[in-house]
Amino acid sequence: MLIYALLGLPLIASALVLVLHDRPNLRDGQALFIGLITAGCAIQLYAAPHSETVTLFSLAAGLDVSFTPEPLGKLFALVAGVLWPVATLYTIGYMRGAGEKNHTRFMFFYAIAIHAAMGIALSGNLLTLFVFYEILTFSTYPLVTHKGTPEAVQAGRIYLGILVASSVILLLFGVIGVWVLTGTLDFQSGGILAGHIDPFYVPFLLGLFAFGIGKAALMPLHRWLPAAMVAPTPVSALLHAVAVVKAGVFTVLKVAVYVFGIDFLRETGSSDWLVWVASFSILAASIVAMTKTNLKARLAYSTISQLGYIVLGAALATSLAASGAAVHIAAHAAGKITLFFCAGAIYVAHHLTDIKDMNGLGRVMPVTYTAFAFGALSIIGVPPLAGAWSKIMLMGGALDNGHVLVLGVLMVSSLLNLVYLGEIVLRGFFAKPTHGLKSDDVQEAPLSMLLPLCLTAAMSLALFFAIDMFILDFGG
Amino acid sequence: MSSLAGQWNYFLVIALMMIGFYAVIARGNMVKKMVGLTIFQTSVFMLYISMGKVSNGTAPILTGDPQTLYANPLPHVLILTAIVVGVATTAVGYALIIRVYESYGTIEDDELIKMIEAEDAEDSEDMNGETQSA
Amino acid sequence: MMQHLPVLQVLLPLLGAPLAALLRGRDMAWGLALLLTGAAFLISAILFGLQYSAGEALIYDLGGWPAPLGIVYVIDAASALVLPVVSGLAFVATIAARRLVEAEIDARDHALFYAAWLLTIAGMLGQITTGDAFNIFVFLEISSLSAYALVAMGAGRDRRALPAAFNYLILGTVGATFYVIGLGLLYMLTGTLNLTDLAERLAEVESTRASFTALAFIALGLFLKMALFPLHFWLVPAYAHAPSAVSALMAATATKVSVYVLIRLMFGVFGVEFNGLADAIGLLILTLGIAGAFAGTLAAIIETDLKKLFAQSSIAQLGYMAIGIGAMSMTGLAAAFIHLFNHALMKGALFLAIGAIAAQVGRASMQTIEGAGRQIPITMTAILVGGLALIGVPLTAGFISKVYLVRALLEQNFWLLAALTFISSALALAYVWKIIEAAWLKERPKGAPVLVETPVHYVPAWLMVLATIGFGIFAGPLVDAAYAAAAVFIGGAR
Repeated sequence: MLIYALLGLPLIASALVLVLHDRPNLRDGQALFIGLITAGCAIQLYAAPHSETVTLFSLAAGLDVSFTPEPLGKLFALVAGVLWPVATLYTIGYMRGAGEKNHTRFMFFYAIAIHAAMGIALSGNLLTLFVFYEILTFSTYPLVTHKGTPEAVQAGRIYLGILVASSVILLLFGVIGVWVLTGTLDFQSGGILAGHIDPFYVPFLLGLFAFGIGKAALMPLHRWLPAAMVAPTPVSALLHAVAVVKAGVFTVLKVAVYVFGIDFLRETGSSDWLVWVASFSILAASIVAMTKTNLKARLAYSTISQLGYIVLGAALATSLAASGAAVHIAAHAAGKITLFFCAGAIYVAHHLTDIKDMNGLGRVMPVTYTAFAFGALSIIGVPPLAGAWSKIMLMGGALDNGHVLVLGVLMVSSLLNLVYLGEIVLRGFFAKPTHGLKSDDVQEAPLSMLLPLCLTAAMSLALFFAIDMFILDFGG
Repeated sequence: MSSLAGQWNYFLVIALMMIGFYAVIARGNMVKKMVGLTIFQTSVFMLYISMGKVSNGTAPILTGDPQTLYANPLPHVLILTAIVVGVATTAVGYALIIRVYESYGTIEDDELIKMIEAEDAEDSEDMNGETQSA
Repeated sequence: MMQHLPVLQVLLPLLGAPLAALLRGRDMAWGLALLLTGAAFLISAILFGLQYSAGEALIYDLGGWPAPLGIVYVIDAASALVLPVVSGLAFVATIAARRLVEAEIDARDHALFYAAWLLTIAGMLGQITTGDAFNIFVFLEISSLSAYALVAMGAGRDRRALPAAFNYLILGTVGATFYVIGLGLLYMLTGTLNLTDLAERLAEVESTRASFTALAFIALGLFLKMALFPLHFWLVPAYAHAPSAVSALMAATATKVSVYVLIRLMFGVFGVEFNGLADAIGLLILTLGIAGAFAGTLAAIIETDLKKLFAQSSIAQLGYMAIGIGAMSMTGLAAAFIHLFNHALMKGALFLAIGAIAAQVGRASMQTIEGAGRQIPITMTAILVGGLALIGVPLTAGFISKVYLVRALLEQNFWLLAALTFISSALALAYVWKIIEAAWLKERPKGAPVLVETPVHYVPAWLMVLATIGFGIFAGPLVDAAYAAAAVFIGGAR
């Protein structure tokens, strides 16, 4: 029942958006309301001990569209479900504040994207996952190209080109490969591949998934993410925190745990190469982030770096690391959505996008900047914020598996995070104001934008103390 | 040598076939192409008819005598159908040639290709022109 | 009555054709064509049901002469699957034809148009049903000759239709003649023309060079007719300059019938075990298939005329069917049947939607559809869904095709080929998205003709779109039917 609710509510919301297209307040209000119900359902599902498989329909023999909520999927559903109403509230404020057009179309595809994210989260087999993965790609395309400018069209091409090509060429190849090898597509704890494949080929199959899931933005398939920054900020928040990239890394994690099985991966050593690719992605993206002065572009590269953590967690193939990766999905979601909300608030209130122009802005927008500091510290991994836990767990997992060098990677990465995120906070609070902004002249974004970003900043804090609830056991 | 003598009909058929096929491929004039096509088809007719021949067989008309050896009538019947088809093809082909001549003023392949390419280019030029003005 | 159904669905359009030519008055001929194609569709649906419930082939002896003396019509799992595709598409295309023909063809020629229209449909249905190899040739020529005439009728609007039709005629006739040559050799070897009988007797003379030569001639002739790369050059101009209704009918059905005949001859007569078939011809078909998939897709990407673009895409899609055939396995053949079915739906939808635009502004190109997404959203959405299906996006029929095609390749350990198939299908995104961007992300230029859409314009296309989605979501019956069809030619369970 909860599964149907989680999948159906966003669809209902999107249908109502179309029906109520000429009554903006009602249209946005119902989306918010349904978002809150969805969040409730997601929490309830997460708390529920276990749920059974639900088969929606069957494409053909062996090709079922079915849903099985397992702990990891429930966690992702929780992240998407809880952040949706928050993001909706923010979207309402942003779209009106920034004077964007075509609200109805925007809200419609936003809700569809959440529907797709839920489908991915709860998917019971690879086919279902692939179906919703593609729905997510195509439903976010109109959001990315929302502005309709030539840059937006170009960004849309890169976005769709990379995501569709990688999924169609590599991911689907992997999916059908698994089907031919094992005769099943179902996710099972412990994986389904062991005993069906010559271990020699496992790294290649893993590669099909790791690079086929373009949404995980593993270098060198990350180009779409910075390109998609032309979209309105709520879309960036959706892409980075709620749905798209999280769906990507979630898929990588889910495939590693339930298709390959972390024991199988560790025993065959098939994922060692991925450890280094992910490490490279973490460091390289951090370094690129430092060179960017556009706030959203810097955050985008920060995301690519952070996604590397989650792929790393999957590649380390120990229970602790995988659990750390799962925690990082939630921790990074709360942290990064805060940062994007702040970036959007800065844009709406002052129309600033470049970090160099934001000197002294912290004194003009104290609330926004405080929230930003919370988000940044969480991403860097400073206690008592959520990001600290995931980093510790990943380090523990690396030690379990004897990858001592990975510890160094994680530490260097934290330092780099500190440099490129800290700069923004420091400039905001301590640098000499430019643009003639007066420090006593507080000018924040509208309340409907401030409220969500305070909320998500608080979540980052709360997650640290409620971490018990988010540690999953993958055995092994 | 004996095989050549015994199978001379096939060599004839193959020669005709190649002559026709060559004309279809190598000639630029549409009428010559049609002529080639007809020769090509006719060679196939002859292939069928010659295979229906039975040594010392007579025309397949019932004589009432069980000892009579007949030629195989089935290939004849098949080829009767094929000839009809061939005639229809030829008719359609020449009709098309006439129409092409009426609208293009030529039935030479190379000239036609130039004119068609010009028309194709015109289509895309229209596009550019109108895009610029728009 | 019921036992005459196998022949009736061919006879109705065949006999209706001369009648249609005689009919005068507005829409009379169209009405007759609609009635007869509708009847043919109904009959083929019934035949599918009958065959399915019987579980074995229904044999109809023409004129009461049993095989191998007489000509038989065979409704087995394969022909029962392909018949409704062709007759159904013909029916929907006939619905759409009324408007398209009114817009594009001189009123005096309407009766003749529908006569040729019915003849070509009768020819295709005949090729599918008949169990006699020479009869296939006759029906092949019936459908082709009328198709040449139909293509040439595009001359009223675009004179390039004439040379296109002429080249189509030359290559079509060469292809058909190759087929007859091969058949002649087979007849010399076996003394029979009945397909079942041929298969039995051919086993005795399998190792002769003549039998292999016969196979080569037949395969080559049919490659030409089905426009397999690199023998596809007749197809693009023929589809592009033909009247829109004809483009839709032919794109959806004509080449499919040749694919079906190729399967019938290659597997039904020669058989997978046939000497050298799998090694030589199978490998050839695989190679040409994947080359065609790339050649067609790449050509489509640089094309600006929508009819030519989707005609090039047809070359690519035929390549996929060829790959399924070339895999020489149960799943491969089933995949070929699945794609044959699905591609007919997708291309039908696309060409009907494009036709609705071309009939209004003379030519559907990237330029004439600029900004059309807002003016004619329903028609453009049909093109969007059809395009997504071509890429193979899940929940469309194209996805099912691709899954089974790749599965067939992986089962045979053709990893590289599977990878190439994926790459070429991903490239389809480029040409589909070019259209989407032009239609939705560009403003309609000032002074561009106003496009309109009423149910008359989009209902036929949307019937196909709904089928594309329907068979993308509930593909189970189709997959079963395709496996049953494949089982006709290749023994063994799935």
